[in-house]
Amino acid sequence: MNDGSPTTVPPTALIGVQLRWWEKYKFWLIAAALLVVLPHIPGLSSGYGRSLLSQMGITAVFALSFNLLLGQTGLLSFGHAVYFGLGAYAAIHLLRAVNGGLPIPIPLVPLAGAAAGLVFGIIFGSVTTKKAGTIFALITLGVVELVYAASFMLHGIFGGDEGVSANRTGGPRLLGLTFGPQIQIYYVIAFWAFVSAVLMYAFMRTPVGRLCNAVRDNPERAEFIGYNPQRVRFIVFAVAGMFAGLAGGLLAINYEIVSAESVGALRSAQVLLAAYIGGIGHFIGPIIGAAVLVWLQVNLSDYTSAWLLYFGLFFMAVVLFAPGGLAGLIMMHAPIVRTRAFWGVLASYAVALVPAAIMLVGAVLLIEMNYRLSTQPELGARMKLFWVDLDAATPWPWVTAVVLLAAGFYVFRKTWRFVAAAWTRALDEAKARFAGGTSP
Amino acid sequence: MRKNFGPTSIIRGVSLAVHKGERHAIIGPNGAGKSTLFNLISGRFAPSSGSIKLKGREIAGLPAYQINRRGLSRSFQVTNIFPRLSVYENIRCAVLWSLGHRYSFWRSADKLRDANELTEKTLEQIKMAARRHTPAGVLTYAEQRALEIGITIASGADVLMLDEPTAGMSRSETENAVELIRSVSRGKTLVVVEHDMGVVFNLADRISVLVYGEIIATDVPARIRENQAVQAAYLGTA
Amino acid sequence: MIEVFVSSLLNGVVYGLLLFMLSSGLTLIFSMMGVLNIAHAGVFMLGAYITYQIGKYAGFWVALMLAPVLCGLIGAAIERYGLRFVPNRKSHVPEILFTFGLLYLIEELVVMIWGRNPIPATVPEALDFPLFTLFGTSYPAYKAFMMAVSIGMFVSLYVALKRTRIGLVIQAALTHPQMVAALGHNVPSVYVLVFALGSALAGLAGAIGGFTWLTAPTLAFTVGPIVFVIVIVGGLGSLAGALIASMLIGILQTFAVVVDYSLRDLFAALGVTVSPSSPLYELYSIKVAQTAPVIPYLLLVLMLIVRPRGLLGTRDA
Repeated sequence: MNDGSPTTVPPTALIGVQLRWWEKYKFWLIAAALLVVLPHIPGLSSGYGRSLLSQMGITAVFALSFNLLLGQTGLLSFGHAVYFGLGAYAAIHLLRAVNGGLPIPIPLVPLAGAAAGLVFGIIFGSVTTKKAGTIFALITLGVVELVYAASFMLHGIFGGDEGVSANRTGGPRLLGLTFGPQIQIYYVIAFWAFVSAVLMYAFMRTPVGRLCNAVRDNPERAEFIGYNPQRVRFIVFAVAGMFAGLAGGLLAINYEIVSAESVGALRSAQVLLAAYIGGIGHFIGPIIGAAVLVWLQVNLSDYTSAWLLYFGLFFMAVVLFAPGGLAGLIMMHAPIVRTRAFWGVLASYAVALVPAAIMLVGAVLLIEMNYRLSTQPELGARMKLFWVDLDAATPWPWVTAVVLLAAGFYVFRKTWRFVAAAWTRALDEAKARFAGGTSP
Repeated sequence: MRKNFGPTSIIRGVSLAVHKGERHAIIGPNGAGKSTLFNLISGRFAPSSGSIKLKGREIAGLPAYQINRRGLSRSFQVTNIFPRLSVYENIRCAVLWSLGHRYSFWRSADKLRDANELTEKTLEQIKMAARRHTPAGVLTYAEQRALEIGITIASGADVLMLDEPTAGMSRSETENAVELIRSVSRGKTLVVVEHDMGVVFNLADRISVLVYGEIIATDVPARIRENQAVQAAYLGTA
Repeated sequence: MIEVFVSSLLNGVVYGLLLFMLSSGLTLIFSMMGVLNIAHAGVFMLGAYITYQIGKYAGFWVALMLAPVLCGLIGAAIERYGLRFVPNRKSHVPEILFTFGLLYLIEELVVMIWGRNPIPATVPEALDFPLFTLFGTSYPAYKAFMMAVSIGMFVSLYVALKRTRIGLVIQAALTHPQMVAALGHNVPSVYVLVFALGSALAGLAGAIGGFTWLTAPTLAFTVGPIVFVIVIVGGLGSLAGALIASMLIGILQTFAVVVDYSLRDLFAALGVTVSPSSPLYELYSIKVAQTAPVIPYLLLVLMLIVRPRGLLGTRDA
C-alpha cells in the first residue's frame, strides 16, 4: 500500500538472495524503454503527440516533487508552483544568456531551474516549515500569493504581462542537434524526467527519506527517536523545491516563454489535482495523475467549456470515493489479480458500467445545456450533443437528461450488490490460496 | 519540580533521584500525575519550575529529540508507532540517529549494514522477526505493545522509561513482557510506571509512590510494602 | 495632510471591518471544528450573487434577510451530506481537499447560473445617501451600515462563544468529540450547526459587502486568500485576533495606497541617488502604493517569522 517503501521486498543484502541487477531494476528498465519508444508509436508520433508527451513529462516531474511533500511527508502545499515558476524563470533567463553567447548546451539549461528551486526552497522553506498541517497549507498559500503579486511588480525579472521569452535553438550545437524539433526536446525532457524520478525514488530510500514517512505517520514519535520533525520537513521541502524547479526549467525550454501564471495559485492547484487524482500513496501515482490531467486538459477543453467543472467533479469523486487515487484503485486489485474469480469482478464492472454511463450522459447533457445558455447565449440554444441535434430552449432535452440521470443512478446503485459479491468471492479465493501455501 | 496546566497543579513539588543502573518503579493511584512526570522528564512538556538533570546535565525545557539524543528513550502508554510503516521500518527508523546516520541522503538505508543488523537484533529480542513486513497499523494489540518497546530500546539508550508497558495484557503476555523488560534493561537504567503490583515487586530495585503530584515515599520494595502512608494512600491496608 | 490621514483612517477602518465580516465565519468554523473551509469564500460569493438575484425581485432588505439563511442552509448541507462522508478525517488533509474541490464547484455553479461576466451589483438605493461630510468628502450611509453590522457580528459571536452553554459545548467537541457525545450532546448536529452558522455569516458578508468588489465568478479567488491570512495573523481560536488582524490589514492597505513614494525617493531624500543600471533599481522604484496587494502576505510572512502562533493565538494547530 505504500509510498516507494516496498514493505514486501526484504533487504537483499541480509537474506543472501542476490537478484541479478536487471531483475531488481526491471521496472526502471521498462520505464526507460517506454520513454524511448513512445514518441514513435502511431498516434503519438505526430508533432501534437510528441508535444503532449513532453507536457506530460514536465507535469510528471512537477507532480512527483509535489508528492515528496504530500504523500511522503504529509505536507499539503497550496503554493508549490512558486519553485516551479521561479525555476522556469531562472532557466529562461539562462536561455536568454545562451542566446546572447553563453556557451551552455541546451540540455543543461534546466539545471538552472533546479538550482533556483533549491535556493528558494531553502529560503522560503526556513519560514514555511516552522509549522505543519493546516497552518503549513495556509502559509504556502500566502507565499504563492506574495510571489505571484510580486511578479507583476518586478518587470525586469518577470516580464510583466508578456512574460520572458528566449530561443531554444539559439545555443551551441550538440552533435548536430538544434533542439528546434519537438522530438529532440522530448528526449531532453524524457531524460531529465527519468533522472528525476530515479533520484526522488532513491531519496525516499535514504535515512532522511525514511524519516519523512515516519514524520508523516507520527511526528511526535519521531521526536522521541531522536529526530527533529521540523528539520526533516525543511530538508524534504528544499529537495521538493529543487525538483519542482527542474520541472520549471523543462517548461522553459519546451515553450520558450515563461509568464506569471507559472508561479501562481492556479498552477499550484493543478499539480495538487494531478498528484491526488493519480494517487498520493504510491510512487507512480503522480505520474499517472500527470498523464491523465494533461490529456484531459488538452483534449477536454476542445469539446466543452465546462471542462473545469468536470475536473472539479472528478476530483471530488476521488476525494470522497477513491482517496487512494487511480494508482490506489489499480493496486487495490493486486491481491485478487491471480484468482479465477478476478474475471467475475471484471464482469461485474462491465455490468455496472452501463447504468453508470447512462447516468453520466444525463449529467453531461444538463451541464452542457446550462453552460451554453449562460456563457454562450450568442450561439443560440441549438446544439449538438452526443451526435444528436437538440434545442436547449425546449423542455424535451431537459426532461430526457433528468430521466437519464435519475434512472441511471437508480440502476447503478442496484449493481453495487453484484460488484460487492464478486469482490467477496475473489477475496475469499485469494485468502484460501494464500493459506494453502502458495507464495504470497 | 512543579508542573501546572493553567491554574491546575499536577506536579506539586516532586524530588526524585534515580541511580545509574537501577530499576526504579513509579506507582500511584490514577490521576496522581505519573504520565505527566514521564512527559516532563522525556521532554514532551517543560516543567513550570524546577530542574531535571540527566547524567548530571540539565535537560528541563529541552525539546524531546535533544533529550533522546542524550541517551533517554521512552515508551508510551497509548501505543505510539508509525502505522503505515512495516515493523522492520519502525525499528530501523529508531536506530538511525544513534548510529550516526542523522539526516543523510547519500546512501540507501537498505545498504546500511549497522542499521540493518541492529534492527534484526532488536526484532529478535522482541520476538517480532516473523512479522517484520507487516504494516504496524494492522498488528494485534499485544504485537503493537511489543513493537512499542522495540522502538524504545532499539537505539540502545542507556536510560529507558516505560509507561505502563503491560497495560491491557493477559497473564501470560505480562510474564513474557516482564522477561523482555528484564533482558533489555540489563546494564541500563530503567524507570517504569506500572499498575500491576506483581510486575512492580518482581522487577524493581526501588519504588517511588506518587500521590496527587507528590512523592510520598521512595524505598526498596520490602519497606514500601510495609510503609503505613503508602498502604493508606494506595495499597490499602491488609 | 490631516485630511488624507483622517479619511484614510476612516476608509481603512471600514475596509478592515468588512474583512472581519468576511473572515468571522471562517474563524468560527476553523476554531470550533478545526476544518479549514476553503469553500468559505465561495459561500461569500454565493451570498453576493443571491442577494443580487433576490434583490431584483423583492428589494434589498428582503434579500438581506434571505441570503444568509440560504447560505446557512447550504453550509449545513455541505457538512451533512458532504464533509461528513470524507474518509480519514483525522489528518485534516482530505477535508481541506474536499472544501478545495467544493470551491471550484461553487465557482462553476455560479458560472452555470449567472455566466462569466460580472453582474451589475450596486449599492442598494435605500442606503445610497451621504451620511455626513468630512473635509469635503461625503461618507455614504451604506459604509456606516457595513460597520454597524460588522461590529454587531463580533459582539454577538463573542458572547455566543464565551458565555453560552452551546458555545462551550462546541469548543469541547472540537478536541474531545467522543467525550462530549458520551455526555449526551449530539455532536454531529453541533458540527452541522457550526458550519451552518459560519456559512450564514459568510452569506451575510456577501450580501452587504459583495458590491465593494467586482461581483464576478472570480470573486472567491480574489478575496479568499486574504481571509486565510487574517486567520493566521490573528491567531487560531481567537475572534478578537481576527478582528485586530482585519483592521491591521485594512488600515495598512488603505494607507499604503495613498503613499506615492518608493525606496528610491527615500534614498533621494537622504542624498543618495540610485542609477538605472544598478541591479536592484526596479526594486527600489516600486512605489508603496503598488505594494498594497502584497501587504497581507508580507504581514503573514513577518508574523510567521516573529510570532508563529499569531497575534492572539490561543493554541497551535
